[in-house]
Amino acid sequence: MYTEWNLAVKFLRDARGQTAMISVAITVGVAVIIYIVALITGLQANMINRTLGTQAHIKVYAPKEINLPAPLENGELRLMLEDPRAQRLRSINNWQNLRDLFDADAELLAVSPLASGPAFAQRGTAHMSVALIGIDPVRYQRVIPIANDIIAGEFRIGAGNAVVGSRLADELGLHVSDKLRIDAGGSDSGREAVLSVTGIFELGVRELDERYIYLDLPQAQALLGLPGGITTIDLLVPDVFSAERIAARLHHLTGLKVESWMQTNSQLMSALKAQRLSTSMISFFVAISVAFGIASVLSISIVQRTREIGILRAMGATRRQMLTVFLLQGALLGLAGAIAGSACSYALAWAFNTFGPGLFQIVIWPGLLISASAIATLTGLIAAAIPARRAARLDPVAAIRYA
Amino acid sequence: MPEEVLHLARVHKSYNIGQPAQTEVLHGIDLHLARGDFAALIGPSGSGKSTLLNLIGLLDTPSAGEIHLLGRPTQTMNDTERTMHRACAIGFVFQFHHLINSFSVMENILMPLMLTRGKPKLQDTQLAYTLLAEVGLADHATRRPDELSGGQQQRVAVVRALITRPALLLADEPTGNLDTTSADSVFQLLRRFHQEFGCAVLLVTHDPRLSSACDRTIKIIDGHIVSDTSHIASGDNSH
Repeated sequence: MYTEWNLAVKFLRDARGQTAMISVAITVGVAVIIYIVALITGLQANMINRTLGTQAHIKVYAPKEINLPAPLENGELRLMLEDPRAQRLRSINNWQNLRDLFDADAELLAVSPLASGPAFAQRGTAHMSVALIGIDPVRYQRVIPIANDIIAGEFRIGAGNAVVGSRLADELGLHVSDKLRIDAGGSDSGREAVLSVTGIFELGVRELDERYIYLDLPQAQALLGLPGGITTIDLLVPDVFSAERIAARLHHLTGLKVESWMQTNSQLMSALKAQRLSTSMISFFVAISVAFGIASVLSISIVQRTREIGILRAMGATRRQMLTVFLLQGALLGLAGAIAGSACSYALAWAFNTFGPGLFQIVIWPGLLISASAIATLTGLIAAAIPARRAARLDPVAAIRYA
Repeated sequence: MPEEVLHLARVHKSYNIGQPAQTEVLHGIDLHLARGDFAALIGPSGSGKSTLLNLIGLLDTPSAGEIHLLGRPTQTMNDTERTMHRACAIGFVFQFHHLINSFSVMENILMPLMLTRGKPKLQDTQLAYTLLAEVGLADHATRRPDELSGGQQQRVAVVRALITRPALLLADEPTGNLDTTSADSVFQLLRRFHQEFGCAVLLVTHDPRLSSACDRTIKIIDGHIVSDTSHIASGDNSH
């Protein structure tokens, strides 16, 4: 291998111009691939983080209420006009046991039962339709760290206190320590209360900032007419992409309706998938054009070195040795381009992080560099295969005569 | 009887076999070369000299007939075996020096050894230096071939051909591209190394001066050997 290595390195070094040009092409290709993969990964992570910053990974609901018609007799045929039932607010049965069960589950990071339902918020003559979210603040914060998004006041809920969204506060002209009237079931039901605003949050999601009112769990239960009950259990999992699988398992375990964030955000998921697909396609085509670049440079190099190949063969170089020399050149070009391309992608990422929109940071992780370098080297090797075979098959007699 | 290096029996060579343009270049060549032979192969252009040299050098295969190199039949060898045999037993000097410019003079000389054995050993490098000194180029070892004159390059090529201590040295018009002085010095070099290494030398040449200075002249016309004369001449011959 010593001699083959020497020949490959010297051939590359001597054809300085060609080597430099194709190296630049490979460098650009590798840099583009690394940069775009890192960019899309960062973008997707950012989108997922934003989405999951305001919602649980998995939500557990009480099963839907359905009509249960009497079973059919043997041979009986029945025509049925079914009127689906309206889904009233119901509690998850036995939720304390479920909570303890989930708490003990190794795959769940946080468990937060909550009671939520619709209500009207009123201040003066203004009415707004809102969603009451009754929470256990400690547990809830583990799922959604809402305290980070407080823009006025503080995140403190308890008897008679509420934390409202910024748009709702805006609409109703609320400030911290203002009073707010909540009506969750008509004036004669007794399910109404006057709350004091202790904090205003802004999650950056219009729907939530306009409608959410956080309350203490017991107070929400009372307002929603669910004494001691909860409507939902929010769950957090360590790996966001395992949510689907864990949701399916929990559904089998409990028989409840279990929804992962991936189901809830199916549009986002297909957008992410499409993005990943386009990234792979771009990477693939860049790699293909780099491969053809390497192949064409080596083809030219073989024509230029025909006589040298002939001399080497006459001096005792075997076909396999000539094959190795040119395969090595391909691999070396790929590797050199990969190293330079990695450095360039770092520079690109730095430029994006420093001068870019600042929405998110592009992080280039070592594994990406290693796999990109391995792929580039392999691409060089494969691209060199056809020219290298031609070099190996050159007839030494004809090659020596080659002017 | 000196040891036989090369033996050709009824060797034919045709090109474009099976096609209308099939032409036979060599018609049943018989040839012996023994260790210590210093032979010139002469003949007009197109007579088949180079073809014969390529066959002897195992760069090409005959259409019919047998070539034995150092007693081993070569027609049944595959490409790799022929290459290995060539690397061990044959040294080449071409008309154009055919050194590789990417490598220094020293590396060029060691190349045949590097191809078969990998990294050169100390004694190989020492031998190369000794030979290089003998041809008067000791201080050119690290230079590139294209920095040398034509005569110097050809002398380096001779040293390269001899570094493996081959049993047979094939030279294809080694002086054809040189002025008379350089040609003479290269020829003297071949003579000297022939003595020193005791190898057989087969020299293709157009130059009657050179062929008459050889111990033996083989004349080939239209693919037939027409004469094979031994004339132990002016130069002293130890055999």
